[in-house]
Amino acid sequence: MATAQGQSPSAGAGSPAPTDTRPEAIKAIPVRHWGRWISAVVVIYLVTALIYSFIKSPNVDWPVVGNYLFKPLVLRGVALTIELTFVCMVVGAVGGTILAVMRLSANPVLSWIAWVYIWFFRGTPVYVQIILWGNIGVLYSRFYAGLPFTGLSLGSTNTGVLVNHVIVVAILALGLNEAAYAAELVRAGIISVDAGQTEAASSLGMSPTLIMRRIVLPQAMRVIIPTMGNETISMLKTTSLLAVLGGGVELFGRLQIVYSQTFQIMPLLIVACMWYLAVTTVLTIGQIYLERYFGKGFGQKEAEAAEKRAGRRAARAHG
Amino acid sequence: MADDATLVAAPVVTDLASGQPMVKAEQVWKSFGRLDVLKGIDFEVMPQQTYVLLGPSGGGKSTLLRCINHLEKINAGRLWVAGELMGYRQRGAVLHEMKARDVAKQRSTIGMVFQRFNLFPHMTAIENVRESPIRVQGISRKQADKEAEELLRRVGLGEKLDTYPAQLSGGQQQRVAIARALAMKPKLMLFDEPTSALDPELVGEVLDVMKQLARDGMTMVVVTHEIGFAKEVADGVALMDGGVIVEKGPPQDVLVNPKEERTKVFLSKVLA
Repeated sequence: MATAQGQSPSAGAGSPAPTDTRPEAIKAIPVRHWGRWISAVVVIYLVTALIYSFIKSPNVDWPVVGNYLFKPLVLRGVALTIELTFVCMVVGAVGGTILAVMRLSANPVLSWIAWVYIWFFRGTPVYVQIILWGNIGVLYSRFYAGLPFTGLSLGSTNTGVLVNHVIVVAILALGLNEAAYAAELVRAGIISVDAGQTEAASSLGMSPTLIMRRIVLPQAMRVIIPTMGNETISMLKTTSLLAVLGGGVELFGRLQIVYSQTFQIMPLLIVACMWYLAVTTVLTIGQIYLERYFGKGFGQKEAEAAEKRAGRRAARAHG
Repeated sequence: MADDATLVAAPVVTDLASGQPMVKAEQVWKSFGRLDVLKGIDFEVMPQQTYVLLGPSGGGKSTLLRCINHLEKINAGRLWVAGELMGYRQRGAVLHEMKARDVAKQRSTIGMVFQRFNLFPHMTAIENVRESPIRVQGISRKQADKEAEELLRRVGLGEKLDTYPAQLSGGQQQRVAIARALAMKPKLMLFDEPTSALDPELVGEVLDVMKQLARDGMTMVVVTHEIGFAKEVADGVALMDGGVIVEKGPPQDVLVNPKEERTKVFLSKVLA
């Protein structure tokens, strides 16, 4: 009967309830991580020294930082930076989705156009594109709306008038550039949707367009949305490149104009960094929620929605 | 599941009178690259019949099923469903490929059920079922809702209308998939190993729905390893191996008294 004796003691006759036999919780001295404590002290010491030197630096005029931080000129720049980011991301996301669908299309003409577009916009630096669009009037001095080679024209205008506004250049340079990158993200999202989904939809008689719109894209969104959040944060900072156009519309452009006249370079750069960090922090927090919302996929959100709908249906049935 | 309820509203009897087969394959060949998967398949399924395709994996059963609704293009031979050439229009001696839109129209009358269910995960059970009737057939939302609810009730899922696929068991998901296919009022149903991805205790509930369908007079082509199902409801059975039909006939002949050695070996392994 050696095997019977080898079993757990509680298997014995008249064994009490398991809660009564639960042994005392273990109280042990935890391993001391001396290394962590020492490194933490060293890091705190060095960081404090760095911050102190920065705050106490005679080269940073802190009152100037405080003076400019909430100036209407700066606040207006922050607002315009956010607006530009938003507009360019909308252009990028919509354009990118169209490009991704074109790229994956069975139509070789559409696929080829998308490929060339992405090749051009990903292959040239965005900074160069901004300057290029800003000076497009050098290449085409007049802008015509009409049919090429036919002489038919609906009208024309000076190109300089069109690209005079930073917002136009921003949409052309940043929006079109973003579309090329977004296209690749959307394409990855579309490819990530199981091929069985398309087969099932086809066997239900859905056309390729309908399948893309109703079945594939909504599922691809779960993959695309979080990466688009990341692109938005990147776009916010890329708008600072528009400063090269002069005129001072967005945040950095305005500060650059100010410090080129007052030479308060360091304080104003600190103002710029503070604002970019603040907005990026807000966006990062937003992205965490967005990722939680879409990354979970099939958890709480759907279950709650389903419960609500079932409740409404039951109410209708009884009412 | 209510036993008295029929799953098919009105069985297609018009084709029965004409004596025209629902599915007719004539010397169908299919290759993937240099690999021949189907090598000259001939077979017919009459309206209201249940036809079971058996055989080892890689024998070409699933490919043949996918050729029937033109998910795969055949390389040679002809394939008709209800007298219509699938995926092509014949003008004189010349075949013209159909546009994607016209192929979609042909497919809309052929239901298909997959091994991995392939339900749309972002839609609830009732949304899965009503999507195609609304978007493809142009039925009103109200009517589609009513029909979808009725179908789901008949496959025993009247309580799960607003549930997402991820919260359903495999057997429940497959029953939603069957209801989704039936919502298009198909004249033919194709089943591609519908119980192979299910836990053993869930196989029965799906087979019950399929048996009910067969009794209601639905024309069905079923790829399966369930010999019991074939014996009980099949009107015709074909054993496929190496891209050819090794033996075909009524289930009593093929499954009980097989003539071919290959069939005997397969059955002895499956039933062992």
